[in-house]
Amino acid sequence: MSSSMIIGQYVPGNSVIHRLDPRTKITIIFFFVLIVFFANSVMSYGLLTLFAVGSAVSTKIPANYLIKGLLPVWFLIVFTFILHLFVTKEGEVLFSIFTFDFYTGGFIQGLAISLRFFLLILVTSLLTLTTTPIEITDAIESMLGPLKKIRFPVHELALMMSISLRFIPTLMQETEKISKAQASRGVDFRTGPVKDRIKAVVPLLVPLFVSAFKRAEELAMAMEARGYQGGEGRTKLRELSIGRLDIYIYILFVLVIIGLFMTRS
Amino acid sequence: MSQFIEFRDVSFRYREDQPWVLENVSFTVHTDEWLAIIGHNGSGKSTIAKLMNGLLLPQQGEILVDGIVVNEETIWDIRKKVGMVFQNPDNQFVGTTVRDDVAFGMENHGLPRELMLKRVQSSLAAVGMSNYQSHEPHRLSGGQKQRVAIASVLAVAPELIILDEATAMLDPKGRLEIMETIRQVQENQDLSLITITHDLREVIKADRVLVMNQGRRWLEGDPREVFAEKDALMNIGLDTPFVTKLAAELSAAGLNIQREPLNHQELLEELWTLHSKM
Ligand SMILES: Nc1ncnc2c1ncn2[C@@H]1O[C@H](COP(=O)(O)OP(=O)(O)O)[C@@H](O)[C@H]1O
Ligand SMILES: [Mg+2]
Repeated sequence: MSSSMIIGQYVPGNSVIHRLDPRTKITIIFFFVLIVFFANSVMSYGLLTLFAVGSAVSTKIPANYLIKGLLPVWFLIVFTFILHLFVTKEGEVLFSIFTFDFYTGGFIQGLAISLRFFLLILVTSLLTLTTTPIEITDAIESMLGPLKKIRFPVHELALMMSISLRFIPTLMQETEKISKAQASRGVDFRTGPVKDRIKAVVPLLVPLFVSAFKRAEELAMAMEARGYQGGEGRTKLRELSIGRLDIYIYILFVLVIIGLFMTRS
Repeated sequence: MSQFIEFRDVSFRYREDQPWVLENVSFTVHTDEWLAIIGHNGSGKSTIAKLMNGLLLPQQGEILVDGIVVNEETIWDIRKKVGMVFQNPDNQFVGTTVRDDVAFGMENHGLPRELMLKRVQSSLAAVGMSNYQSHEPHRLSGGQKQRVAIASVLAVAPELIILDEATAMLDPKGRLEIMETIRQVQENQDLSLITITHDLREVIKADRVLVMNQGRRWLEGDPREVFAEKDALMNIGLDTPFVTKLAAELSAAGLNIQREPLNHQELLEELWTLHSKM
């Protein structure tokens, strides 16, 4: 357990996708997720796959890193495929094993659904792989901005997210420290019956909570001392800006959408 | 020298049903001076600090900062003038990176972005942390985090900086790092400085020392005058530096030490000139 678990998600880089405004990435991913469900021909699937895989390649993130990262999902993808193969009984019989018939419909549908699944996972994971959590937070704050009109606490939400991001590694380090300290006193987290192990977690959680509350109180004090008084009248150092690159990518994406509807059967 | 902060008969308690934490405390802090506040744990030092920028408001008496009375209406202006660094390096680091943290105070005060960019650079340079701009806090040592905290305060361009036991949680190396940073900052910029500590060694370089005991102003003077009261200081639970103790022992042994030495060098001076004085 180390701080790399969460931060490790992001792979630093300087590719086109890394440099895009996070709002652009979120918008495109949102619409991509929608249009995936419109694909229904080899050509249209091909086009979307090209777009997704092309984006993944352009990030320059090593392919084996991506593949390993998707490992738990691979299982689901393959499972979906097999399930369809067994359950869907449409079209002609493709082949039979013993007395069980496999149909072309099941094969094609299985392939299509797992490909869809793969595309969705790939594209959404590209967001977290190429965008720092704080950039995502900024994007959310900016995109939810209009909700401020109906008194939705957008700034507070974003601040909450960024403070959580800031303190996750600190609390992880602390958890590690406490668990070592308890282990050295003979508390055993790893072996024994589940009931005992759950009991062993209590002396870990209690000090962790106590310290988290103390931290929160001190942090609030420090923020107030530094003039924090809510989002009103605040300026920001980190700036989001839609550049030429973002425009190009939007145009490309619109072309993909048009292409998709032209290649649908 | 004009006075920057004035405490006029200030009394404070956290709750009605609790005893007074500060009782009739009066003192002043001059412009551009370095005042050290020492006292045992619970003597009210942090409470004084929090009163100075309106994190707490006194029940009796009044506090003036740069001629302005501290109250609900003035606290936002006062917090621009008075910056504070707290004890725990982790629990005052708000930003996800060094840069963001230094900007936090400026963002709160609504400074324009161009100015923020400039000030982030200059204040990190002032504490020697320019090479760490995009570091996350968990990759910094305690001393480095405290230097960032000082930079964050400097960035707002305050007129007074209060360090409330800012070195207490650091190892000896971090402690030296911070003391050195503070000394340089005080030398290079026009600001008043208040350092709060329970370690007498950290008051030697200050211009003036205020000793607190059980919520009352107990003694005030320059470091030499304060050290001269070593027995009384020991009695109220403060540990005197080794040199002070040694000088006391030497005097007790009959040596004629005239001037209270603040460091080894001064004691040495006293000792080697001893013969010529006799
Ligand atoms: N938030 C609080 N609520 C109630 N009592 C407090 C609080 N903070 C401090 N005190 C009490 O006030 C007294 C002075 O505390 P403080 O100013 O923190 O002393 P110092 O910084 O010199 O150690 C102590 O007796 C302490 O217990
Ligand atoms: Mg204190």
